[in-house]
This record gives sequence, structure tokens and C-alpha cells, in this order.
Amino acid sequence: MLASYVPIVIFILVALSLPVVGLVVGRLIRPYKPHATKLMAYECGVDPEGDARDRFSIRFYIIAILFVVFEVETIFLFPWAIIYRRLALFGFIEMLVFLGILIVGYFYVWKKGALEWV
Amino acid sequence: MNENVFIENLLIYAVIPLIKIVVIVLVLSGAIAYLTLLERKLIAHIQVRLGPMRVGWHGLLQPIADGLKFLLKEDIVPAKADALIFTIAPAISLIPAFLVFAVVPFGPPDMLQDFLGWTLGWFPFLNLDEATTERIAQNAIASGGYVTDINIAVLFVLSVSSVGILGIILGGWASNSKYPLLGALRSTAQMVSYEVALGFAIIGVLLVAGSLSLVEIVQNQQQEQLWYIFVQPLAFVLFFICGLAETNRLPFDLPEAETELVGGFHTEYSGFRFSLFFLAEYANMIAVSAIGVVLFWGGWLRPFPSFEWLNFLNFIPGVVWFLGKVFLFLYVFIWVRGTLPRFRFDQLMQYGWKIFLPVAMANVIVTAGVILAFL
Repeated sequence: MLASYVPIVIFILVALSLPVVGLVVGRLIRPYKPHATKLMAYECGVDPEGDARDRFSIRFYIIAILFVVFEVETIFLFPWAIIYRRLALFGFIEMLVFLGILIVGYFYVWKKGALEWV
Repeated sequence: MNENVFIENLLIYAVIPLIKIVVIVLVLSGAIAYLTLLERKLIAHIQVRLGPMRVGWHGLLQPIADGLKFLLKEDIVPAKADALIFTIAPAISLIPAFLVFAVVPFGPPDMLQDFLGWTLGWFPFLNLDEATTERIAQNAIASGGYVTDINIAVLFVLSVSSVGILGIILGGWASNSKYPLLGALRSTAQMVSYEVALGFAIIGVLLVAGSLSLVEIVQNQQQEQLWYIFVQPLAFVLFFICGLAETNRLPFDLPEAETELVGGFHTEYSGFRFSLFFLAEYANMIAVSAIGVVLFWGGWLRPFPSFEWLNFLNFIPGVVWFLGKVFLFLYVFIWVRGTLPRFRFDQLMQYGWKIFLPVAMANVIVTAGVILAFL
């Protein structure tokens, strides 16, 4: 069974060769004339103001945390979905309990305003 | 004897897949190049323009000219950028986009059976006896219309395509410039938000299919004589919308919203490295289409498998049906781009979390309930 993963490893190597070959060949044939203005960060033609390593909105973190929670829940549902026909009623009720807890949390998050962007 | 077994396994699991992989990667690169031309032409005609006309007949050589230009253009690494991450980020984005095609079934498991039985005789130095040739030709990994068939293919696709997000956020961050950083953050927030709804939408299909192997999912549709679009229409709509969002296509192309963010996460990228991001984006588009076709539109199956008077269509190989369906998907992708305006970012996040996610969850519960009732 594990042997069917061998082609995937080969695929990674072939896919890796694409950017590597492209960048190496490109390096040989393309011009290289660096200039201070050319190497400046783009800010609509104005000299960049400060550094981009700055703080950004807290909402992105909240979305990231929510993503981890929900994505892990979905991963748990994958095996359940596959053997659902064998689990039948037991599986259905178990899933309702499982999703029920998730939905309570979902409404909590909603009421707390974590899903509001503005 | 042992040596023979070794050669047999080498052929089945390494040499034949390698040939298929090289073919797929080359065809895919060509397809992406011409997809860009198709897109420019279609959008142009939607807007009553002509699109590229100069390079070749009706611009047919335009993608080749573009490719050469990408290769010949100066590749600028901004002075303040993190050079190492800046260099590898496009590759991190590109490789997963291509890797999805390792498990996409383009054709049925016996697609290359006759072909292999015929061609293996061309290589006398392999010393294959007839029984071995037969065994190789019968092996599903060697003769299937896919690179490999693993029993967790759906999970593989989801996890591999998530890695692509890393390329975008690393590229945006390593640029050390404000627009790319904002574009990368938006892109990540959008993609992770819609990935949740996408996962739930796929669970709806998995409940019906009862398998994670993409090959088996198509075979189940063949057995039941039913494409899953007819039992899971809502899941398909969700899948398609989330697919648009996952590939950063209009109306969800906020990460590249030109009017506010210049070029989004790839503002600082130029030349070949930019083209890698570009390739990844279009490869993702084709990948989403291919997965959609497999999950909902019967993969390599012909339309209406239960209508016997349509049996004369069987002479068309499965791979043609598959590619035709993928092409229709891509056409709709471009059509949507030519038709709909862009969302605002807060609208986008609200739709994702407040509409698509609950609807997808409800779809899972209702599907499970209905299956239980008919069990």
C-alpha cells in the first residue's frame, strides 16, 4: 500500500525541478543591472516610509484561531463520513452531539463579534 | 527471479509513473500558458474588444512570447527583502499546486492497459516474459489514467493545497513592503476562511460516496449510475464558490485588488519568480476544476450513463470527457470574472463565516439524516 506513495515523491522532485531549472537558466541569460531606486520597496513612486515589519489588525489573528478550531473539527468529520453507513443511527447522534458543541461555540463567537470585520 | 520482481516493481511504481508525471507536468504547463490566452481572449470578447492579435494568428503565439519575456526579464530582489525566503516562496506556492495532479484520475484504472501490453515489448533489454508484461499491464497504478491512487486522496488534496497558502504569506512577508504584506494577510485570511466551508461541502459528498479515494469516488458514481451533482447540488454550489475564493479569482480576488493593493502579495516580484506565482494560480484553478469534476460531475464518465440509447458515445475515451468537463469549469471561471464585480473585504469575510459555513454544516446534517432514513 505504501508503494503507491512512491509516485508522489517522484512528482515532488519533478515539480521541484521546474522552478530550479527556470531560475538557473534565467540567471544565465537575463540582465542584472541593480540600482538603488530599482531595489527600493514599491510605494507608488514615493520613497518608502519606514519598515513593513509593522503591527497589523488583530482580526487576522482571530481568523487564524477560528480557522484552526473549525478545520480540526472538519478533519474529525472525514473518517466519520467514510464509515457513516456502518455507524448508522449511533453515528448520526454522535455527530449531532459533536456538531452541537461546535455550533454552540460558533454562536458564542458570532455574538462576541469575532466575525465582524468593521 | 528476485531481479525480475525488482524490475517489475521499479517499472510499476517508478518508471511508468515518472513518464506519466513528465507528460502531465509538460501538458499542464502548456495548458496554463494557453489558459491565460483563453482568458484574455474571452474577457476581451465579453467587453467587445479583440484581445491579443499581434503575435501569431489571433494571438496564438502570445503565451510563448510571454513565457520568453518572463525568462529574459531582470529579476529584482528588493534591497530590504529577506532574500532566501523571497526566493523560495514562489516555489512553495507552485509545487503544491502541481502536486494535486498526482492523485487526480484523468481516466479509468484500465486506461493504458492495452497500450502498456503493446509498448513494453519494445524494450528487449528488460527481458520481460509474457506473464510479467501481463501483470504490469493489469496493475492499476501502472495502467490507470492517473499517476497514483491513494486511499486518502481527498485529504491529500486538501492538505497539499493548504501548503500553497504558505508560499503566498511567506512571499508577501519577505518582500518587506507594505502592499505585499497587506495582500498576503488578506489572502491568507480569505483562503483559510473559505477552506472551512469547502471542507464541510466536501464532507457532504463523502457521506454519499463513502470513500476518500478519488478513483473510487468516480467508480461509485459509475455503479450508482448517478453523478453526485444530482444528490448534492448545494454542496456543489458551495464547492464552486469556495473554489473561486480559494484560487483568488474574481469576485474574490481581494488579495490582488489592483485599485487598492497594487499587485497584492506579488507586488515586489518580477521576471521568472513572478511567473511562478502566476503558474501556481492557474494550476490551482485547473486543480479545483479537476477535483470538482471528480467529486460532482462523474470524472471520466460520459453523460447520462443510465441511458442506453446513448451507448454509442462509449467510443470516446474517458479522458476526453474528463478534460472536456474541466474545460467547461475553466470557461465558467473566466466567464464569472468577466461578469461580476469584486466584493468588499468585510463582505467577503461575512459571507464566508456567516452564510457559507452554516449552510455547509446544515448540508452535512441533512445529508446524514436523509442517508439514515434510506439505510
